Amino acid sequence: MFRETTVNTALVAILVAVPLVAQAAGEPFIITLATKVAIFAMAGVGLNIALGYGGLVSFGHAAFFGIGGYAAGILASHAQSYTPLMTWPFAIGGTQQMLIIWPVALAASGIAALVIGALSLRTSGVYFIMITLAFAQMVFYFAVSWPAYGGEDGLPIYVRDKFPGLNTLDPLQFFAVAFACFLLAVLVSVVLSRSRFGLALQGARQNVERVRAVGIDPYRLRLVAFVISGMITGLAGALYADLNRFVSPSMLSWQTSGEIMVFVILGGVGRHFGPLAGAALFILLEHELGSVSEYWQFLLGLLLLLVVLFAHGGLIGVLTRRPHRD
Amino acid sequence: MSAALLIEQALNGLQFGVMLFLMAAGLTLIFGVMGLINLAHGSLYMVGAFACAAVATATGSFWLGLVASLVAAALAGAIMEIVVIRRLYRRDHLDQVLATFALILMFSEGTRWLFGSFPLYLDVPEILSGAVALPGGVQYPLYRLAIIVAGIGVAILLFLLIGRTRLGIQIRAGEADREMIAALGVDIKLLYTAVFALGAALAGFAGGLVGTIQSVQVGMGEPVLILAFVVIVIGGIGSIKGAFIGALLVGITDTLGRFLLPVFFGAFMNASDATAVGSALASMLIYILMALVLVVRPGGLYGAGT
Repeated sequence: MFRETTVNTALVAILVAVPLVAQAAGEPFIITLATKVAIFAMAGVGLNIALGYGGLVSFGHAAFFGIGGYAAGILASHAQSYTPLMTWPFAIGGTQQMLIIWPVALAASGIAALVIGALSLRTSGVYFIMITLAFAQMVFYFAVSWPAYGGEDGLPIYVRDKFPGLNTLDPLQFFAVAFACFLLAVLVSVVLSRSRFGLALQGARQNVERVRAVGIDPYRLRLVAFVISGMITGLAGALYADLNRFVSPSMLSWQTSGEIMVFVILGGVGRHFGPLAGAALFILLEHELGSVSEYWQFLLGLLLLLVVLFAHGGLIGVLTRRPHRD
Repeated sequence: MSAALLIEQALNGLQFGVMLFLMAAGLTLIFGVMGLINLAHGSLYMVGAFACAAVATATGSFWLGLVASLVAAALAGAIMEIVVIRRLYRRDHLDQVLATFALILMFSEGTRWLFGSFPLYLDVPEILSGAVALPGGVQYPLYRLAIIVAGIGVAILLFLLIGRTRLGIQIRAGEADREMIAALGVDIKLLYTAVFALGAALAGFAGGLVGTIQSVQVGMGEPVLILAFVVIVIGGIGSIKGAFIGALLVGITDTLGRFLLPVFFGAFMNASDATAVGSALASMLIYILMALVLVVRPGGLYGAGT
């Protein structure tokens, strides 16, 4: 019906147009919603690398989303209270500069993904799903029971972190930051999927034995993909913390893992802009159904069930009438 | 720390483990026979707890409530299987995860709509209230002791059902080769529904039993579900025996860890730091146990391998 490129272009155009129109109409709340879509979509782009290209059904990506968020929250809280993060062996203070926070968030979520991935990838199939879920739950309970950074109550970021040359407190300018990060993440996923690495990864999803036969170790391939996937989701988490100016264990909860998965699958697994379509639809539904019924999650569940049972290939699959990607 | 307190905590761990077994047994049975991962198993636990609380409050009889928890969960499970789950057996795990995630949303919101957001509370029945004196000067609540006995009783019944009855033979045959038993004239659709309802009833029974220990509220099922996953991963998917050993291991490790670790750190730290470090580490203990089992035996203790 439509070419996939047409659908993708339209999606991105809508994502850019909505905040611009909202700015003109004086509706800052709509801009915040669009920012949320861009950030959620980015988290989905991260998961899509593991799930879509690698075939690794991770039900624990909330761990990376939350760790990225806590990286931002912890650094900002130290900067706000003027207390050093650590004093030994060398002194490190907090910071409110996004350009410093982001590498820290990427590193922290990358290390977490390396440890969780190295253990979880020893198994496959349904074990992998349960184990990633369990490890994410471990991080969740750790955040709840560790009192130093707010524990169950979470951690506020009083003033949004700064980006050189921009006023991040202005909704439109913060949207621009989030949107640029999202586009960068999509670019990484496109380049990755077309590289030799990406082809081998997709080969390992389709037929492990053949990949092994040409001398490639699928374990290392998948681990690298899992780490990159976790890092992108982690960066999205750092942005989400800044959007809400608040970090709490709920970012680490199993529901968040489920929602990130929903963005990917609702949009279409293994499609570069699938997570954008999925996240946009999710936020739209949350708002439209929320006004129809207090129990909107029931309707969301029903819709999700119908999509899984009857609409193959997600939203992009339906729009392009090509339920299976090439 | 006295020996009596330690014994009490160990018994609490045993009781927790027995509850986890009831959840994990259903999950592992359903996975073993149908190859299905069911996230909505926690919802069936919640259905059982709410059915027990509602019926017990309405009739004044805890025992009727317990029966209701079994019936309601089995019924909900059977309906779930016939309407939705049946279409998922041939799908990949990703579709199963998403569809059953959607079912969780529907069950949770449906329950919130029916019962409201406020937690319900259940009283311990008269005959089981109070404490019993155990050897060693331990005073232990009779009700928790009854849960341990009931759970072990159900475990024995389940082993007999799987190992000694015709239904059990069919279930084991279904795990080994579903085409073959279909060809031998077993109604495979009916068998699948029966297995699913059996698993659901076990989860509902667990939910009904804990209703007097903790508050009955929406969302109570998923934390237990995830712990049951840990149990299955440790025990090995598809093995009832693995689920039993894994459940006791997880229950006792978790309960004793929460009790002993703060005491342990208290030996060389100040009290508030020891509590913080101890409780943070204790909350991670079972996952560390899982990671260790994975490193040594990726297929679980009694699993057939991955």
